[in-house]
Amino acid sequence: MQREALREIGMIAGRSVRRTLRQPALIVPVVVFPLLLLAINASGLDVTKNIPNFPADSYLDFALVVTFMQGGLFAATTAGTELANDIETGFLNRLQLTPLRAPAILVGQLAGAMCVAFMSSLIYLAVGLLAGAHVAAGVGGAALLIVLAMLVALAFGGLGSIIGARTGSAEAVQGMFPLLFVFFFLSSMNLPRNLIETDWFRTIATWNPISYLVEGLRSLVITGWDGTALWRCLVTAVVISILGFLGASSSLRTRMART
Amino acid sequence: MTGTRAVARAVARRSLIHAFTNPALLVPSIIFPLIFLLAFAGGLSAVQDVPGFDFNGDYTAFQFVFVFLQSAAFGGVFTGFGIAADFESGFARRMMLAAPHRSGMLLGYAAAGMVRWCVTAVLVSVAAVLAGMDVHGNGIELAGLVGVALLVNIASTLFGAGVSLRAKTLQAGPLMQIPIFVGLFLAPVYVPLKLLTGWIHTVASYNPITALMQAGRGFISGAPDKSLLAFACGAAIAALMGWYALRGLRRAESGL
Repeated sequence: MQREALREIGMIAGRSVRRTLRQPALIVPVVVFPLLLLAINASGLDVTKNIPNFPADSYLDFALVVTFMQGGLFAATTAGTELANDIETGFLNRLQLTPLRAPAILVGQLAGAMCVAFMSSLIYLAVGLLAGAHVAAGVGGAALLIVLAMLVALAFGGLGSIIGARTGSAEAVQGMFPLLFVFFFLSSMNLPRNLIETDWFRTIATWNPISYLVEGLRSLVITGWDGTALWRCLVTAVVISILGFLGASSSLRTRMART
Repeated sequence: MTGTRAVARAVARRSLIHAFTNPALLVPSIIFPLIFLLAFAGGLSAVQDVPGFDFNGDYTAFQFVFVFLQSAAFGGVFTGFGIAADFESGFARRMMLAAPHRSGMLLGYAAAGMVRWCVTAVLVSVAAVLAGMDVHGNGIELAGLVGVALLVNIASTLFGAGVSLRAKTLQAGPLMQIPIFVGLFLAPVYVPLKLLTGWIHTVASYNPITALMQAGRGFISGAPDKSLLAFACGAAIAALMGWYALRGLRRAESGL
């Protein structure tokens, strides 16, 4: 029974991956847009390395992990949009005729977003290294960076799936993008928290879980093996992933019961 | 001329009603500039401590000008989305068949884009003032800033119209957004031009948007800088985009 369920999840996952990879419009922006912003910001904000106590030798090192976070953000919209499309086209209704349950469907559905996140993470890292970035934690740190980036993508993908399952509208998922962007910008993404001079912004950044995700990933590039930053990042990513998955499963169950 | 005005008025009225009664269209065009203002003015204020950063005002005012121009540009892009949506729904085609002077449609869309941006501009300005922005410019100088932004808004609306009239689909959205986004960020966004180094300094030096941004920052700081050049650049870009949009209109007419 369990083997059969795994096989079916695998089939949905395969479909999700194939469908995502067949749509360049879903992949190209995920790769190009973060790298474009990295190129612009790394040059435009390079003078910030002259601020006393700035933790990196170049802004490229500092900003490299922002691309992984943006990749995660795109994973949220990809996962949410794909799920909403399946609801809009009636594919989910047909899936209800099978013994698959909501969590299993969700696992399969997230595969496409995770696949894009994995490919884009490798590209971000490769381009960053070619541009002169240096990963302080070495090869092992670079591998962990990819693993953490995948976990971040999973966390955001779960959030995107909640929106997709609740609204059942791809347009609504796209419309929620600015809201996710707010959390993203109100974090320590552009400067370390101790260098943020505006009090209210520093307070928000301190309470914003995105800051801990960014700081954990960033520590591998600019500091090396920083246990505190890494466990905070790991715990934050795991908690968001679990909450996202539970929320999305519940929303999907409600949606399936309704139909 | 009366016919052109009537068409322009009808198109502008419809576009505005459509925009202001659809939160999904209105909210992003307001939210995005506010996010950028919060993120850049609040999160990056330490950048003003960099040696050589000699702007006459605080970092909120420095970033406000970028966000103000960006909101003007994206106001135009969102109007472009509306034009593309009108083509997808078939309204634009019917309008083209009915309008005695089709160039009035472009005027109408441009007018609607300006009104939409004015709402965003007021909200962004209020947010910046509430955040304690230093304004050293006088009334005339601030009017100069608004004038520069209006040119940006007109140019981007006409650019969006040109793309929409050719593509006739909302899928062309990235073709409107990305060039404007990249053009804006290839100007001195975070620090004055002289603090930029490497390739970005070279690109920003030749980017006409740099002149617009420098003039805007000069206006708000009460020390006008490159104002004439900025207005010349803005007018030239608007004229070029007007030509692009008119060519698009002619192409759309030939496909009727």
